[in-house]
Amino acid sequence: MMEERIGEWRSYARRRRAINGMDVDELEDHLRTQVSELKEAGLDEEEAFLIAVKRLGDLDSLSREYAHEYSERLWKRLVVAPEALEGGLEWGKEGMVAVGLAVAAGVAIKLPELLGLSLLDGTELTQSFYMRNTSLFVLPLLAVFFAWKRGLEPAGRLWLAAPFIVAALVVNLLPFTLLGDTEVLAVLHLPMALWLAVGVAYAGGRWRDHHRRMNYVRFSGEWLIYFALIAAGGGVLMGITGVIFGAIGLDLELFLTSWVIPCGAMGAIIIAGWLVEAKQSVIENMAPVLTLLFTPLFTLMLLVFLGTMVWTGSSVDVEREVLIGFDLLLVLVVALLLYAISARDPQAEPGLFDGLQLLLVICALLVDALALWAILARISEFGFTPNRVAALGENLILVVNLGWSAVLYYRFLRRQVGVTPLERWQTAYLPVYAVWAWVVVVLFPLVFGFQ
Amino acid sequence: MSLGKDLVAASTTPLVLAILSDGESYGYAIIKRVDELSGGDMQWTDGMLYPVLHRLERSGYVKASWGRSESGRRRKYYRLTERGSEELASQRHQWQVVNSALRATPFHECRLAPQGI
Repeated sequence: MMEERIGEWRSYARRRRAINGMDVDELEDHLRTQVSELKEAGLDEEEAFLIAVKRLGDLDSLSREYAHEYSERLWKRLVVAPEALEGGLEWGKEGMVAVGLAVAAGVAIKLPELLGLSLLDGTELTQSFYMRNTSLFVLPLLAVFFAWKRGLEPAGRLWLAAPFIVAALVVNLLPFTLLGDTEVLAVLHLPMALWLAVGVAYAGGRWRDHHRRMNYVRFSGEWLIYFALIAAGGGVLMGITGVIFGAIGLDLELFLTSWVIPCGAMGAIIIAGWLVEAKQSVIENMAPVLTLLFTPLFTLMLLVFLGTMVWTGSSVDVEREVLIGFDLLLVLVVALLLYAISARDPQAEPGLFDGLQLLLVICALLVDALALWAILARISEFGFTPNRVAALGENLILVVNLGWSAVLYYRFLRRQVGVTPLERWQTAYLPVYAVWAWVVVVLFPLVFGFQ
Repeated sequence: MSLGKDLVAASTTPLVLAILSDGESYGYAIIKRVDELSGGDMQWTDGMLYPVLHRLERSGYVKASWGRSESGRRRKYYRLTERGSEELASQRHQWQVVNSALRATPFHECRLAPQGI
């Protein structure tokens, strides 16, 4: 009788997405202790159970409290629950808005052709135009999607529009040298700067909130995976289309490259964002699995790289492409670290994988130090250029991040602190990237005379 | 007299930390202790304590471990960490500041119209 009641209560509690199995165990222990104490006071079993359950609190507000404490659990499992009450309607509306915005992005990228700027004509002028503006055709629409979804108030929307307007004015009005260093740097940093602006919309304007930032980081990772999946699928579709139409004597290459690829890619950016929002749970385990897979591989690669450098005594070549490669590598290490943290069970004890993670961070720090050293040597010998300063800034930012991460991770392994400080450090650091990206986009051209 | 909701929420952390400074304990016992200490004036919904305990654990103020109760059931125990006792000391101090500030203000008995005797 009693066991049956408790079993029933357990299964109700278990259905709450914010409460996990261990929590239910803990609450059950509470319930049983309370019941036996009430029985000792003379109540019969039924009464005791009812009172104990009542005192424990109703599951709705209880699971709300847990959700408040563990937003990452909601990220993993919730999503459909609030809409379930309104039926499929809300979901369909959201999908329609997303598809509408995706179509708008696809159309937007073709609009410059009306002004005679053809995507495929290959002159430096049009190349430079598309390089500078591509992210401006689509990321504002992604921001609109989230501003709409999160119900951002009008004042917030105005603030949100500001970075996009500033960016559009800067990259189009400043007299850049055609495909010069500052222009290329601005082009490389603009998507980053705008992506973080989209994050403000994603957070519904409350971008200072640590949990929302962390959720945006998770979103970004999953978005990348979705986008890659869509791109791969799109590639297969196009390949097959080309082949079968070729079989009946129609050459579709021009149509595919001038319409399907650009419009499809723009649309996919929005659709990927919507899919991550709507279907998080489908591939919730993707980022952690990839992290698990690639952490050892990256560690191994870095160890071999460092070993080779020591063995052959060669130094880092300070070319733009090389430095971009290094920065990407370091960003990837930070990403691996972030997803490893966000995926791990906060209650789990540090294990072998965590040691590996620390080794990866230390290797990355060494590589970063080498790159920094090479850049500084180059600067002291040949003076400042936009590329060198950009590389210097980026590597400094990453070395600070990785250095403190390593300290926090070490403390975590020694069980002095939990994972929370590490997460907070990473989310607190996000504005640094934003500021730097905006500095490179806006100030570099002015400081270095548009060279 | 029972305490206002906000005050209860604000005082939960120091109270739980203070109770744990007496030694390892578990959810049900902590609630009992709060009841005793406040003479029943602090009313909690029992379940709400657990998210609070978990938050304290994540902040590193307490450490949780699974053990067994006297009757052999699985039970989660909490104990204070070094950081927890530092936090307790600082919160104690803060509450003392509030308390002494309130004491320093003039205190008049409220003279209200006598209610139906």
